[in-house]
Amino acid sequence: MSELLMDAPASGAQEAGEVVLRLSGVVKTFPGVRALDGVELEVRAGEVHCLLGQNGAGKSTLIKVLAGVHRPDEGRVEWLGEQVSFGSPQAAMKAGIATIYQELDLVDYLSVAENVYLGHEPRSLGFVQKGTAARQTRELLGRLGHGEIPARRLVRSLPAAGKQIVSMARALSHEAKLIIMDEPSAVLAHDEVGNLFRIIRELTAQGIAVVYISHRLEEIREIGDRVTVLKDGRTSAVNLPARTTPTRDLVSRMTGRSIEYVFPPRAQQEPGEKEHGSSRPAAAQAAGQGTPHVPLLTVRGLGRTGEFADVDLDVRAGEIVGIAGLVGSGRSELLETVFGARTPDAGTVAVGGRPLPPGNVAAAVRAGLGMAPEERKSQALLLGEPIYRNMTLTTFSGFATAGFTDAGREQAEAMKIADLLELRPRDVRRAVRTLSGGNQQKVVVGRWLLGGTRLLLLDEPTRGVDVGARAELYQVIRGLADQGVGVLLVSSEVPEVLGLSDRVLVMREGRVVHTAPAEGLAEEDVLDLVMAGSLTATDERTEEQA
Amino acid sequence: MSWWRDEAREPLRRNLGLVGVLLALFAIGAFIRPELYGDPKWVTNNVLVIMTQAAAVGVVAIGMTFVIIGGGIDLSVGALIALCGVWATTYATQSYGTVGMIFTALAVGIGAGAVNGLLVAYGKLVPFIATLAMLVAARGLAAQISGKQTQISNDAFINSIATTRILGIPMLVIMLLVVAALGWVLLNRTTFGRRTIAVGGNPEAARLAGINVRGHTLALYALSGLCAGIAAIMLTSLATSAQAAAADLYELDAIAAAIIGGTLLSGGRGTIVGSLLGVIVFSTITNLFAIANLPTEVQNMVKGAIIVTAVLVQQLRFDSVTKFARRHGLTRAGAPPEAAAATPAP
Repeated sequence: MSELLMDAPASGAQEAGEVVLRLSGVVKTFPGVRALDGVELEVRAGEVHCLLGQNGAGKSTLIKVLAGVHRPDEGRVEWLGEQVSFGSPQAAMKAGIATIYQELDLVDYLSVAENVYLGHEPRSLGFVQKGTAARQTRELLGRLGHGEIPARRLVRSLPAAGKQIVSMARALSHEAKLIIMDEPSAVLAHDEVGNLFRIIRELTAQGIAVVYISHRLEEIREIGDRVTVLKDGRTSAVNLPARTTPTRDLVSRMTGRSIEYVFPPRAQQEPGEKEHGSSRPAAAQAAGQGTPHVPLLTVRGLGRTGEFADVDLDVRAGEIVGIAGLVGSGRSELLETVFGARTPDAGTVAVGGRPLPPGNVAAAVRAGLGMAPEERKSQALLLGEPIYRNMTLTTFSGFATAGFTDAGREQAEAMKIADLLELRPRDVRRAVRTLSGGNQQKVVVGRWLLGGTRLLLLDEPTRGVDVGARAELYQVIRGLADQGVGVLLVSSEVPEVLGLSDRVLVMREGRVVHTAPAEGLAEEDVLDLVMAGSLTATDERTEEQA
Repeated sequence: MSWWRDEAREPLRRNLGLVGVLLALFAIGAFIRPELYGDPKWVTNNVLVIMTQAAAVGVVAIGMTFVIIGGGIDLSVGALIALCGVWATTYATQSYGTVGMIFTALAVGIGAGAVNGLLVAYGKLVPFIATLAMLVAARGLAAQISGKQTQISNDAFINSIATTRILGIPMLVIMLLVVAALGWVLLNRTTFGRRTIAVGGNPEAARLAGINVRGHTLALYALSGLCAGIAAIMLTSLATSAQAAAADLYELDAIAAAIIGGTLLSGGRGTIVGSLLGVIVFSTITNLFAIANLPTEVQNMVKGAIIVTAVLVQQLRFDSVTKFARRHGLTRAGAPPEAAAATPAP
């Protein structure tokens, strides 16, 4: 790692302000995960320091360490030249580090001024000086170039961009010397981003340091001074000049992981060929629309206003189709719409050539669809209930006679699945809560196997799953495909999509921008597409089988 | 060894706790009035009195348990009892005889419950609001129907229910036990019960599993209304009359019984036996105060204290288990060591 580190403080920062924040060797572990594994970071007064890294690289944990939410297990944090350890977010705030999270933490039903001074209201004899708060808020908003936002207006009535301004005003009200912004542009429209950048420039001109997190390289180019790249909880590069470092360099430092992904071999495929489910009898043979075989899943022109538009895709029996894209690219929404959990505004979904009624989960399940949703715990599991009952959540009626459930048979069937998926522990009467993330995911996938599901929709199947269990899940998914199940997979982790899928769709801002066989794709190219990089012009669409 | 930590046994532990409370209340009674508690005949009779007094509340508490496990709450049950009772004892209804009266009580209960369900499931009203509105409206309608008069029941069969005994056991107690038994089977042995737990435990997961969450929610409130109808028949029989002010605050007793019986107010978990024991505990306290000649005001204060204590004990126990688990290096609350050990293996 050390050879990657460049000790070049002068390279990026224009006229090197003094160092306000310095992290060295910061380590933070959670049960089973080393989220930060030796992180270096140096932030100077008046600079915009960008943090770059893939999902799971440790950016969020790093922010939380800086914001005082987590205490590091090892390493030094120096703030204004002194070693510090913030015990709480309030302590960090007091010291002058403000964090603007992606989900803005404002109280909707309080006014702008009340939000800005929440927790440190100007007081006199125990009474809040509303007038003073409003006046000072107006000053702060003016400093941010947004004097037009009324201090007494309810925050609820402001648009996202306005709320962000209020968050920044709150940071300024604490006399913050460092403001951390976690993907601030994600909630903003295009023209609002320009405004955000103008404010950031004004802040830095006042000597305030900004740590800026974004997935969009073009933003980093525009606003950033220096870049620190995180990969698998480590710093893979520090203090790169934001404007001049080639994209390839940045991307290669984000990828090339140390964690080995172990993917099972794909089904027999001629190298370079497109999708062939050739050797399986049930699977649709030969690519293309010329064949009489209908794909298992056909999606045409599917769209939901503000989420995704005009999506065409096919999944054949025995095929794994992966969707790569950032959070917010519309991929999860697409999956949920295919499953009927959301109602589309346009387009059709057909299974085996027969159209599904829109927005009807029960019908989708009957047609042989199954979904493992993104949020395992909140969307898929009854944590306090036993494993077998979670596995039979869609099928218990089928095992029942005249409305009476058959727990014995359910347990026997669940046991078979548990054996098949090598669930640990194997005792299906145990509460799902006691399982590890990987095994919980197996329960969710197992649920659909019991129902004879023909098409599995997997949304982030390995989120929160440790490395060893990942490999097992990959085996399970590939094994299902080999038995003729079609799989539509969504993941933020590009290597996962590439390694597991037969064919890859890249989604960006609600549109499919690229479709290609997984084997011909490089991780860098996909990342480039995903982050709207320079490889291709924006909406160029490679026609699938046209 | 590990059974006390086993999550699946939690309801059993709690029910044992309630049995312990009942024994303690019995001991207090025996301490206050040793001469009465020394007489086995009196004791047997007193137990039946307690159970009889628990009967009507017990029946609505069973329905309430389903609603709460299903993620809702039903504040209207007391008012529905009054409405069902009044509707079933109008001159017009009584002219249809016993069957007409019973049918009316049950149908009105189911109907009003279904309205609750519609408002909650399809009108997207918060259960608290929807059933609070029903509470007010049903009392109003009951007063309207009865003209605020007490309506005498002239039906010999209905009036005889409260006085009938089978093998020495009052009919009302038998009705409670039958409803509880049916409720237990419904919750633990049928697809309806399984759906109830799923819908209350994680509505999103239930929806994504293809369960008709809204339809089931509607059914749960209708079930609670049905229980109110049954309770209305029981109360009408006891009083040989019905009035708009009947069953005042029964909803609170039923909710309290379910809560101290271990039903999670957030849904997804609860037991019929726990709710039944909860009702009996409250009834026993009332009985004890009568025996000790203490005023009802004190009794209500004690009830309040018991509800708070029960919930506090519940949290305390949970916290201590969590702490214990942490101290012993278990990753999650109550996670058995085998599960934790199994995790890192590739």
